[in-house]
Amino acid sequence: MIREGAAQIELLIEPNRPALHYWRDVWRYRELFWFLVWRDILVRYKQTVIGVAWSVIRPLATMIAFTVVFGLLAKLPSDEVPYPLLVFAAMLPWNFCANALSESSGSLIGNANLLTKVYFPRIIIPVSSIIVSLIDFTISLVIMAGVMLWYGYLPDWRIVTLPLFLLLAFLPVAGAGLWFAALNVKYRDFRYVVPFSLQFGLYVSPVGFASSIVPEKWRLIYALNPMVGVIDGFRWALLNGAVELYWPGILLSSALSLALLISGLWFFRKTERILADVI
Amino acid sequence: MTPVIKVENLGKKYTISHQQREESSSLRDVITNSVRSLSKKVFSPFTPHTSPLFVSEDFWALKDVSFEVKQGDRVGIIGRNGAGKSTLLKILSRITEPTSGSIRIKGRVASLLEVGTGFHPELTGRENIFLNGAILGMGRQEIRKKFDEIVDFAEIEKFLDTPVKRYSSGMYVRLAFAVAAHLEPEILIVDEVLAVGDAQFQRKCLGKMEEVGLEGRTVLFVSHQLGAIQKLCTHCFLLGAGAVQHSGKTSEVIEEYLRVCRPGTVLAPVRKGNGTVTFADYHVGESDGKPKEQFFIGDPIHVYFSLTGRESLAAIEVSLELRDVYGDSVAHISNEDDGVVISCMDGVRRDYCVAIPECNLAPKNYFISLWTGKLYETYDYLIDCIEITVLQGGILSRKNPYPEHMKCYLPSRWSEVNG
Repeated sequence: MIREGAAQIELLIEPNRPALHYWRDVWRYRELFWFLVWRDILVRYKQTVIGVAWSVIRPLATMIAFTVVFGLLAKLPSDEVPYPLLVFAAMLPWNFCANALSESSGSLIGNANLLTKVYFPRIIIPVSSIIVSLIDFTISLVIMAGVMLWYGYLPDWRIVTLPLFLLLAFLPVAGAGLWFAALNVKYRDFRYVVPFSLQFGLYVSPVGFASSIVPEKWRLIYALNPMVGVIDGFRWALLNGAVELYWPGILLSSALSLALLISGLWFFRKTERILADVI
Repeated sequence: MTPVIKVENLGKKYTISHQQREESSSLRDVITNSVRSLSKKVFSPFTPHTSPLFVSEDFWALKDVSFEVKQGDRVGIIGRNGAGKSTLLKILSRITEPTSGSIRIKGRVASLLEVGTGFHPELTGRENIFLNGAILGMGRQEIRKKFDEIVDFAEIEKFLDTPVKRYSSGMYVRLAFAVAAHLEPEILIVDEVLAVGDAQFQRKCLGKMEEVGLEGRTVLFVSHQLGAIQKLCTHCFLLGAGAVQHSGKTSEVIEEYLRVCRPGTVLAPVRKGNGTVTFADYHVGESDGKPKEQFFIGDPIHVYFSLTGRESLAAIEVSLELRDVYGDSVAHISNEDDGVVISCMDGVRRDYCVAIPECNLAPKNYFISLWTGKLYETYDYLIDCIEITVLQGGILSRKNPYPEHMKCYLPSRWSEVNG
C-alpha cells in the first residue's frame, strides 16, 4: 500500500493532525478502497439462488407498481411520455441514492471489527459503499435502455448531460451518508431514522409522478428536497427534454447538496478522531 | 544509531460518564431530561456533559510516556491488565489518536492486533488472502507474488475455493497467521495474538517471529507470556498505571515486574459495597502463606485475606467466586456452606485462610472474586481481584493438551468389572 522507501517516510502521530496528511493518506490507501468495493460486490449475492437477477427484478417490479397506481388508477399527467418511462427515469437516481444512503450510513458499524484493529482513513468505508451502489445503478441503466427501445423512444443529445446529473445525485448522498455513518457510531437511533426517512422520501420526491403537478408557486420550496433537481435532471436528459428543467430549483438543489457534503465531511472528520473509542 | 520510534510525553485521556439515578422521577421528567441532554449531545457531541444527570470523570490510560526504539530492536512491553499496553499499541498503530504528546516513526509499520482482521466468512480462502493482505497493508502485486508461499504455509491448498465459514477453526487461524507472517514491514507491532491456537501452532508462530527479528526488523511485542518475551525480545518496557515504570534489558525488567507485582494479585480491581466490613491483603499461596500464582491440577490452593469491620457483627457471610477467563462462573465457596461462623468486631482486623485441598480445575487462568455481606447487603465486593493459573501436569498423566473448553477435572477410579 505504502510504496515509498524506508528512509523517506517519517510518520508523525500527534493530537489533531493536519488535514493535508489525511488526504494524502486517502490517496495512499486507494488500493484498499478498491478491495473493499470488490469485497462488497462479491459478498452481495453470495448464497442467493438467482443472484444478480435481484438487481433486475426489484426496479422492474417497482416500476410496474408505480405505473399502475399513479398512471392508471390516479391518472396523473405524464407530460406526453409513456408512464413507465417517466417512472423508471426517476427510479434510476432514486434507487441509487436510497441504496447508497442506507449502505453508507450503516457502513462504519458493519466494519467495526476493522476500525478497532487496523488504521486507514475511515472515509474510504462509507465512500466505497456508495460506489458499490453504482453497480446496481449501471444494471438499471441497461434495463432503462431496454424499456426505451420497447417504446421506440430514442434519446437525443441531452443524454450526454447524464453524468452531470449523476454527480448531482452523488453530492447529497455522500453528504448525508457521511453524516449518518458518523452519527450511527455513537447513536444507534439512526439505524431507524434512515429507513424511515427513505420511505418518507419516496413519497415527497417526484418518483411516481412528474414534478410539474406541483403548483408553480411551491416549486422553489419543493426544490429544497435535493432529489427534486436530480430526478428532473434525469428525466430531462433521458426523455428528450419532455420534462422542462426548472433552473432556480436545480441551482437551489445543487447548492444545498454541496453544503450537505461539506458539512458531512467536517462532521465525519470530527467523529473520526474518537471513532475507535466509542464504536 | 538513530531511533526509528520516538515517543514523547504521550498521553491518552478517556472521559467516563456515569449516569446518576434520580430518586423519584416521573416519566415526564425522564423525557424532558433526555430531550434536554440529547439536544446538548447533538449540538456539542463527544464533549463531557455538564448536565447534573451525568457525572464525568477523566481517566488517563497513558500519561507522560516517553521512550525510544532503535532500528532492529525487539522490544517487549509487559505490565498488568489495565496498565495501558493495549492503549499504547492502539496509538502506535494509529487506530486512536493520543490526547497529548507525539510519536515519530520512521519506516513502514504493520500492526497485528488480531489474527485474521477483516476476514469475511462468505468469501473463499483465496479471496480472503487478498482482502486480508490489503487490509494489513500489502499491495496487490505483493500479495500475488507471495500467494503460493502463503498457501503453503497455511496448508490449505485443497480448500482454497471454499468459503472460510466452512473452515475448521484451526484452518482459519492457520490461514490468518500465514497472511500476517508474510508481511514485510520495517516495524512490526504485535499484540497478544500468539495466544491463539494449540501449542504446536504457538511454537510455529514464535519461530516465525524470531525469524522476523533476526532479519533486522524492529518488533514491538505485547504479551503476558513472559517466556515468549524472554525468548524474543532484547529490550523491555514495564508499563504500570499508564506510565513506563522500568525499561532496560529483558531479564532485568522481567525481574522487576515479578518483584513489583505480587503474584496473583490484580492491581486495582473493581470494588463495590458500603464498606461496613472490608477486605485487605488478599493473595493466594502455599500452606505457609508464601505467595504463588501457578498451580498444577490437583494442587492445594490457599486463599489469604484479612477482614476489618467498622462495627461489631455477630455473623457475616464471606464467599469466594471463581470465574474462568471467558467470564463463566466455575465455583462458589462460602463460609455458610462450610458451616463456619465468622464474626467481626469494631476496628479489629482478623486474618483468614481458605484452603482448597484439591484444585481440580481445567488448565487455564481463573479469577477469584471476594465478597462479604449479609443477605442482600454487600459490605465489600472485590471483583476478579486474584488471578491464578492452573497448569496441566500434577495428577494428570496425559501428554496432549487438556480439552480447552472444559471447566474442571473430576478425579476418578477406574476398574475392570468382570461378570
